[in-house]
Amino acid sequence: MTMGLGTRAVALPLLWLCLFLLAPLLLLLKISLAEATLASPPFTPLLVAEGGRLALRISAGNYGLLFGDPLYRGALLTSLRLALAATAAALAIGLPLAYAMARSPAPWRRTLLLLVILPFWTSFLIRVYAWMGILGDAGLLNALLEGIGLIQEPLRILGTEGAIVLGIAYAYLPFMVLPLYASLRRLAPELEEAAADLGCRRLATFWLVILPLARPGIVAGALLVFIPALGEFVIPDLLGGPDTFMLGRALWDEFFANRDWPLAAAIAILLLALVLAPLLLLQRQQAKTQLFG
Amino acid sequence: MRPGLSRSNLLALACGLAFLYLPLLVLVLHSFNAGRMVAVWGGFSLRWYGEVFANPALLAAAQVSVTVAMLSASVALVLGTLAATALQRLAGAFGRTLFAGLLFTPLVLPEVIIGLALLLLFVALGIDRGATTIVIAHATVTTGYVAVVVQSRLLALDPAQEEAAIDLGAPPLGAFLLVTLPQIAPALAAAWLLAFTLSLDDLVIAAFTSGPGATTLPMRLYGQARLGVTPDVNALSTLMIAAVVGALVVASAVEKRWRSRAGLRR
Repeated sequence: MTMGLGTRAVALPLLWLCLFLLAPLLLLLKISLAEATLASPPFTPLLVAEGGRLALRISAGNYGLLFGDPLYRGALLTSLRLALAATAAALAIGLPLAYAMARSPAPWRRTLLLLVILPFWTSFLIRVYAWMGILGDAGLLNALLEGIGLIQEPLRILGTEGAIVLGIAYAYLPFMVLPLYASLRRLAPELEEAAADLGCRRLATFWLVILPLARPGIVAGALLVFIPALGEFVIPDLLGGPDTFMLGRALWDEFFANRDWPLAAAIAILLLALVLAPLLLLQRQQAKTQLFG
Repeated sequence: MRPGLSRSNLLALACGLAFLYLPLLVLVLHSFNAGRMVAVWGGFSLRWYGEVFANPALLAAAQVSVTVAMLSASVALVLGTLAATALQRLAGAFGRTLFAGLLFTPLVLPEVIIGLALLLLFVALGIDRGATTIVIAHATVTTGYVAVVVQSRLLALDPAQEEAAIDLGAPPLGAFLLVTLPQIAPALAAAWLLAFTLSLDDLVIAAFTSGPGATTLPMRLYGQARLGVTPDVNALSTLMIAAVVGALVVASAVEKRWRSRAGLRR
């Protein structure tokens, strides 16, 4: 009886998702295999009628360009490098924070959790924009450093890759802290006491006992930062300089400025592949934890 | 275990929270600065707030954003609730994993991919882009978020209650509407609010799927932010932060009231 309601409930969302999610992604794949032309829509059809027969015209040229052209290869490498750096930065900031939260007295924990989630509810754009006022040449950080006499000339921070990494780590920090916190909460404090009783120093305990046991949280948090960072467009645009060219920017430019829809689609498919690989890894890892946990 | 926190842990908490909140604090303070310079305090002033409310383009964009967010959150609420219900009842059924995969994909996909894919669909179907296409795009993306929130509440319910109602002669749909729905109402409110906020906040997907005449607040804000830091953008940002914090306070108050009325079940 309840089965009937389930099948009926699935119909509408399934239809919607097929039409507005699955179909667009398949269309993306299709257009990525076409060639750009000056027409409307600006790409060649894949199926062409030739002498009464249908011929399939698939072009891998866009993908060849992505891996062959130094500009796009550079964008791919820059995206990977900055996403990795931002993930490492978020882990370095998030791990001590999550650990301290997990070891806080029970009445604090709810409030602390709320404080970490709250920025997630405020606008992403505003949080990135806030850093522009701090990192700029006439920004707060430079004024502060000049004020205490550490520098004479303003440092160029805004417009560098460092600013991008900082911005991404800041914007996605809650995604790192929450899974870390969840996995650190599950560790019994007695484990650390046992290690201390057996003569292990605190730092060594952290490194040898806590980190290996918190691995599922570290992997989940790292992926939740790495994946959106890879395709990030807003943060590099606002905090980075004109010479930092990442995949998100490349996609945006090809589509809006160059009107090369097939190339933009190919960049999107490449991003999709880059994202799916670590996701499958996460799923396998979770299956493993369920098996042994 | 010792009651308090060690000094290093307190330091980690202080640094982490300062990192999260100082930039926002700087932004809010600067919005009350009479001068234009970020690093120079020119006295307290509300003039930038006056400029925000005197800017018709900003107000129009805010109206578009709120309308789009309300509509897309409502569509996503219906779709996501249905999806969560289906996921719960189709446990072990054929294709459930595939459906769940489709449902939760937008939660992890970079926004540029979804934005571009939907834009290509709208072009292929010959649909004119505008506020409607943004609503469709946002509803598609936020349905998965709604499903996550609703599903967690559904899992906490006892299925025997609905079965009892059916045994007593209620039709399955009636049992769902009269027994289950009232119990998941707070989750529905939270899910709607989440979808609303996500839509209000989105820039990338809106930029891809909007057309001339439908400029959302983040699109307008982004256009101005690209030109540099100006106090009127800070004033607008402060208003948006205040709106979100206000909405969250109201939501948590309503939830508390609802819980105490429901008899402190949790």
